[in-house]
Amino acid sequence: MIKVHDFHKSFGDKLVHKGVSFEVQKGECLGLIGGSGVGKSVILRSLIGLEKPDRGLIEIDGVIITGLNERELVDIRKKVAYIFQGGALFDSMTVFENLAYPIREHSKTNEAALTEKVLSQLQQFGLQGSEYVYPAQLSGGMQKRVGIARAMMMNPEFVLYDEPTAGLDPFNTKKIQELILHLKSTGVTSILVTHDMPTAMAVCDRLVFLLNGRIEAQGTLAEVKSESNPLIKKFIDGEAS
Amino acid sequence: MPFVKFWNDQLEFYGGLTLLFKQVIHDTFSGKFYWRLLFDQILQVGVKSLPLVLITAASTGMVMALQFGVGLEKFGGKLYVPKLVALIILREMGPVFTSLMVAARIGAGFASEIGSMVVTQQIDAIRAMGTSPIKRIVIPRVLACLIALPILTASANIVGNLGSLWVGAYELDLDGNFYLLKILSTVTLKDYFSGFFKTFFFALFIALPACYFGLTVTKGTKEVGIATTKAVVVGSIMILVGNYFLSKLFWIIGTVL
Repeated sequence: MIKVHDFHKSFGDKLVHKGVSFEVQKGECLGLIGGSGVGKSVILRSLIGLEKPDRGLIEIDGVIITGLNERELVDIRKKVAYIFQGGALFDSMTVFENLAYPIREHSKTNEAALTEKVLSQLQQFGLQGSEYVYPAQLSGGMQKRVGIARAMMMNPEFVLYDEPTAGLDPFNTKKIQELILHLKSTGVTSILVTHDMPTAMAVCDRLVFLLNGRIEAQGTLAEVKSESNPLIKKFIDGEAS
Repeated sequence: MPFVKFWNDQLEFYGGLTLLFKQVIHDTFSGKFYWRLLFDQILQVGVKSLPLVLITAASTGMVMALQFGVGLEKFGGKLYVPKLVALIILREMGPVFTSLMVAARIGAGFASEIGSMVVTQQIDAIRAMGTSPIKRIVIPRVLACLIALPILTASANIVGNLGSLWVGAYELDLDGNFYLLKILSTVTLKDYFSGFFKTFFFALFIALPACYFGLTVTKGTKEVGIATTKAVVVGSIMILVGNYFLSKLFWIIGTVL
């Protein structure tokens, strides 16, 4: 379970979050939506300790992570996978080495077992044959899939997706949606930050709509759409405001 | 106010550098150590810098021998050329010029590579996967400089003196054996080590600011360029200014011992 309580965050004079609170139940997929610059990714980054909130609490799997230092965060980070918007693949490593990275760092798996696991993961994500190429030689869609495949190598209990379908064509978007749904079916708890409403509608159980540093609406798609604020309906329907 | 901003920036830089150094020392002796990454960096810093360092050393030694030879000949002091050049190379020019060349080549490389990793969120990815960018990125680079720079300087000292010997023998008409004998009889271990020990400080002056400027990139690719320039400028200034104080320190130590 993920709990965010009274989350405040500012950058310089700009107050981005003014007390955001929400919960994500085990096995649930929560969509964090809102216009550009409302700080969706800031919340996501804070959930894994890449940013520190100015005030408020973040609890993951019963552990309050606000206030933990880098060393103390390691155990939580092993359970939480973060899918970066641009993939954040290590460009000096091959796809194989990228996928092997978390295993080599956190377990003592022998090379034969590691190779088998990486190849099987590549197969599962439709990336077979690309193990010895470098990230720069892959298309955007493939890079995102490699990013997800790498994040899944440690069998995480929680997955945080930061705009996983941004900049992708409809075919690759569909593939990413299927991957998210597949992972959800395995019981993974996830949060999806996105502008892509069709994807949010396809994979999320609940939505949280952020506006002006606060939660403007939250609930199921129907509940969020029924809110009185016309901006929310326009955002969900993809109309110009 | 520009004056206040300048001092704030200086405090932030030296404070950040001190914290980074403290973390490097702590993390070097705790947890996993990345030997392969260290060897990769030694190859980059040491082996690949060798041609540049040796060319610089040879030309510096040759030019110094020529200038001292021409200058001192008027006063009948040409015979002092080997002594002067050897001492200057061992005590000052060898370590300083080698470090400046490495600062330009490696400092710039460190800052731009790390800065690009920050911009493309690779540093965040290292942290998000429960690993440390200090252990994986900074420590191998700092240690590689600490290991490679003294070796590069030792090589530069030899080649610099050989360059001066060549000019002495073929341009200044000094006997080659006399020149070599004069070098060997002049320089002492104290001269050698006063230059050699400086290189450990210079290695830190190159690696730490370069890693710091790379890691503190926040605003995209334009700032990577700025970080690269800062790494070279700050590293070079620290070497040049630090050299005076280190020379003074080693001079004092030398008189005590």
